[in-house]
Amino acid sequence: MPVDLFTEKIDQNKSIEPRDPMPDDYRYHLIRQISQHAHSEVIGMQPEGNWITRAPSLRSKMILLAKIQDEGGHGLYLYSAAETLGISREEMIEQLQTGKARYSNIFNYPALTWADIGAIGWLVDGAAIVNQVMLQRTSYGPYARAMVRICKEESFHQRQGYEIMAKMAAGTPEQHEMAQDALNRWWAPALMMFGPPDAESLHSKKAFQWKIKRESNDALRQKFIDKTVQQTEVIGLKIPDPGLRFNEETGHYETSPLNWDEFYRVINGNGPCNRQRIEHHKKVHAEGQWVREAAAAYAEKLRTGVLEQ
Amino acid sequence: MTKKDALFQYCLRLGDDAVVLGHRLAELCSRGPFLEEDLALTNIALDLTGQAQLFFLYAAELDNKGQSADDLVYRRPERQFYNHLLCEQPNTDFGYTIVRQFLFSAYHCFLLEDLCTSQDEHLADISKKALKESRYHLSHATDWMVRLGQGTKESKQRAQQALDALWMYTGELFEMDDIDLQLLEANVAADLHTIRNMWQQEIAQTLKRAGLQQPEDNFMQTGSRKGVHTEHLGHLLAEMQSLVRAYPEAAW
Repeated sequence: MPVDLFTEKIDQNKSIEPRDPMPDDYRYHLIRQISQHAHSEVIGMQPEGNWITRAPSLRSKMILLAKIQDEGGHGLYLYSAAETLGISREEMIEQLQTGKARYSNIFNYPALTWADIGAIGWLVDGAAIVNQVMLQRTSYGPYARAMVRICKEESFHQRQGYEIMAKMAAGTPEQHEMAQDALNRWWAPALMMFGPPDAESLHSKKAFQWKIKRESNDALRQKFIDKTVQQTEVIGLKIPDPGLRFNEETGHYETSPLNWDEFYRVINGNGPCNRQRIEHHKKVHAEGQWVREAAAAYAEKLRTGVLEQ
Repeated sequence: MTKKDALFQYCLRLGDDAVVLGHRLAELCSRGPFLEEDLALTNIALDLTGQAQLFFLYAAELDNKGQSADDLVYRRPERQFYNHLLCEQPNTDFGYTIVRQFLFSAYHCFLLEDLCTSQDEHLADISKKALKESRYHLSHATDWMVRLGQGTKESKQRAQQALDALWMYTGELFEMDDIDLQLLEANVAADLHTIRNMWQQEIAQTLKRAGLQQPEDNFMQTGSRKGVHTEHLGHLLAEMQSLVRAYPEAAW
């Protein structure tokens, strides 16, 4: 394989396109990463979907519906981007359901109150944006282009979440308490979305060489912390970290060490919702089997002229 | 009843159909048979919820008792909801979801088309906007009726079963009471007898293409014009109104 062409393009910061030569490892790395990203969008529809039927106003219901639709749409672009690397959506779904492929660990946590819908939009989408802004410059063309569209929509999601939090923080004492409680529960998991500290990051080294990844986990996490601490103060909530302090010299906020044992425990299957999320996906997929078969049978009848259009 | 009161009730009915069916479809988020269809169903949910909001905003304005559109949705008791029974029927399976949508959207399109020429300009404007969306809903449901009817043995059987089960809720769509008659007289409301004929033709045509059997018009359920519902609506409202009812002082 003329891998030197690949190296040349990477060195010149040119994007790699589906028909370009690429090392197998690069291809596998991307399939893993993009499919994980797609699965995260799709699994993420569950905790938010859990609140659509209880959204407390028509406006908030419509915004949440639109947001979840965006997430599903992101899932579609990303599955398509991964398909350009030679894997089918069916294979990716099978990998998800058998645990071979992962989704973002954050969705293994439950959405318990309406404030959680605020926290998810504000913190989870907020963290995702920081990561995705970087990915707009990732070396694989279809992935980078999908990210450009996704980033536009994610910033709307973050505003939607922040608006819910701001309203609740300024609302009745009970609403304020719900908002603070949601922040308390989602803060650390959101920080962990950037992945383990640089020193322990398993997939980072090659991802940097190949320019799939362009900034380190810790650098991205820091960006998110700096931005979010200020937003928290504005709406009168407190970051649940007694160790939080502003370092005048570096100009950054410092936080207490995160509990990475919990991260590994949850990611390895023992979080509050791991089983529930996958069971839900499997159940729905199995229930939809007859519908997919009907659609395929009908398309085949049209193709073979058994039926007229 | 004054014309204004009648129009208020009329808007509630239109809004209730949209908000309740929209809610049923919203329940399907993350439960579609495949991702594209998940998005299609929640997109219809979004359209209908948006239509509901327009009808309730207008209703609140007509009512002029300081109730907001959201109050009408989130603080009204079950016996004062006037959506058709068809709209509150549960998502038993994809067949039921599609048949319910097909039967309703066909009615909805003819109704909205008629209301586009209502003497009440505001109602006409809302209907024009809603009609564009509802035409898409009908075409989506019609495509699926044919796909299910002509797909596999199982899909045909499921579609037929849903059709047989839901048919008894279709008679009610064309019931006219004093409110309808009063507003029809003023050229504000639609004549449901005319719409019924068009609806029957539309349904028959699609069922023929789908190879499905049109059920007999036997017993037809009724009640929604008086706020008498099936047991399903109470649960739907209990869930939908839960936050607002638990924290009545809060604004969201």
